[in-house]
Amino acid sequence: MGHYIVRRIMIAIPVFFGITLLSFLIMNMAPGNPVDMLINPNIPKEMLELKKERLGLNDPLFVQYVKWLGGFLKGDLGYSFSSFAPVSQLIGERIGPTLLLASSSLLVGILIAVPVGVISAIHQNSKLDYIMTGLSFLGTSIPPFFLGLGLIYMMGIELKWLPTGGMKTLGGTGGISDIILHMILPVTVLGVTIAGKKVRYVRASMLDVLQQEYLRTARAKGLSEFIVTNKHALRNALIPIITVVGAEIPLLLGGSIIIEQVFQWPGIGQLTMEAILSRDYPTLMGLNLVAACIVLSTNLITDILYAAVDPRISYN
Amino acid sequence: MSVTEIPWRQDAAASDKGEEHEQPIHEIESYAKQVRRKFLKHKLAVWGLVTTLLLLGIGILAPWIAPYNPNEVTDVFAARPSLMHWLGTDQVGRDVLSRLIYGTRVSLIIGFVTVALYVTFGTLIGMLAGYYGRWLDMLLMRITDIFLSFPYMLVVLVIVSILGANISTIMIVLALFKWPTIAMLVRGSVLSIKEMDYVRASMTLGYSTPRILFRHILPNALSPIIVNATFGVASTILSEAGLSFLGMGVKSPQASLGNMLHDAQSLTVLTDQHWLWLPAGLVILITVLAFNFVGDGLRDALDARP
Repeated sequence: MGHYIVRRIMIAIPVFFGITLLSFLIMNMAPGNPVDMLINPNIPKEMLELKKERLGLNDPLFVQYVKWLGGFLKGDLGYSFSSFAPVSQLIGERIGPTLLLASSSLLVGILIAVPVGVISAIHQNSKLDYIMTGLSFLGTSIPPFFLGLGLIYMMGIELKWLPTGGMKTLGGTGGISDIILHMILPVTVLGVTIAGKKVRYVRASMLDVLQQEYLRTARAKGLSEFIVTNKHALRNALIPIITVVGAEIPLLLGGSIIIEQVFQWPGIGQLTMEAILSRDYPTLMGLNLVAACIVLSTNLITDILYAAVDPRISYN
Repeated sequence: MSVTEIPWRQDAAASDKGEEHEQPIHEIESYAKQVRRKFLKHKLAVWGLVTTLLLLGIGILAPWIAPYNPNEVTDVFAARPSLMHWLGTDQVGRDVLSRLIYGTRVSLIIGFVTVALYVTFGTLIGMLAGYYGRWLDMLLMRITDIFLSFPYMLVVLVIVSILGANISTIMIVLALFKWPTIAMLVRGSVLSIKEMDYVRASMTLGYSTPRILFRHILPNALSPIIVNATFGVASTILSEAGLSFLGMGVKSPQASLGNMLHDAQSLTVLTDQHWLWLPAGLVILITVLAFNFVGDGLRDALDARP
């Protein structure tokens, strides 16, 4: 086990450097450089050249990469072209709402997917199974922005039950209940999308477990069918779900851009769109890099967790 | 069931043994027939296939069936659906039905070309990694890890915003971050297939590596690739729609299903001009759903688990 963890971390290290290198190369495709962007056009060219030289912008690409990487490892992501604030500070301010939205949606998605998948598997090939499988396909196929617009129209505009955007009521006190009210619609959309995909995994995993010998043993012992399915089968069926949940993190981070745009949610998705519209490349690169690092570390944690939960996994 | 009995009866008649119900059906049925029978049993998949073919027909015939030029400004703007304009006109005065037809065409082109690009590339990388193993496998798999670490929508959005949104850039960028999934899938298949006796036999016979890879290994690794590619068309269409919805995909005046919804973000459109956003959203939903059902049917029929 300890050996496996060490090996897994050793693999993650070159991937981490690869991520930084790819981010750096993408950033280099962007037109313009910080000096041209930040400095007033009336300053003479010679001064600009001097400044570029001092900032190392005339260095070979590899030297620039090493310097930039050194900064990144110390938490320095450069400065925004539009607000001139440090990128790390901008991301820090906006990541909270996104994490709140993403984690709630993940929770809701799993809370829908597990019972639906289990019921589908227990009643395999029944009408109920077909309906649930069909609905899960609907969940994966509906464009999140379309579902979002539809819900805003129905729940927000026609019925006026729920707020249609933002995180708090403008001018309101902004208590927890207010935030929860604002979360219902975006969490529903993301949750449905996640649940749609997860139902199939839960169902397949449960079907797999239901054929195992140890369930026959449990029944032979005289345990009730309820305990057999909900305790013996479900526990084992949920193990593979851990990896699938880990795989959901990049999709959540990417998907939150659209959801935050539709619901005016003040997270990093909106920051991304603002940065794109103002051509704020340092912020974009910072976002991209931080997101990739989050994905890398969640993958690492998922793999280790999976190995810890399932002793049958081979460590090679 | 009559469907399954017919081939059996024919065979029984042909062999003229006079003994009935002895040979199991699956021994007589050819692989292609078996796949077709299993696929046709999946009703939603059949619906998906019919819908897909219909959409393809609409996409191919767009110039002939669209009632108006999709970019032409007609005499009325933001008009309700009428006999003249079945789905009304948009704020600029363009016919919504015609834009929908052309938008479907654009979405399908992007879906198919992107998938063709990344499936080809991913299959090559996966075969190399799986067949050669050792350091090459290690290197290629770490590269796929790197590409998979970037949240798809985010990185695509960022690169498209840097390079500028046009259809070919979008297709290349969408493919650039999608090939790793296919590569990993193919690598897994190749790892198990290369241990098979027939592959060892062809190695012993001294066949060239490309011949072994493409004639002996690839055909046997094809099922999961086909299934994954079908689901890939669905998810690519969804991604393109998302990009266009955010205003970073196909640019107006060219119609795409996503950018038609981009305009629905205003409150007036959402509440009073349903014809501007409902049909486009429904067409995306139906298209994606159809491809997903076909993929599911193929997965059952080909018995592949991608």
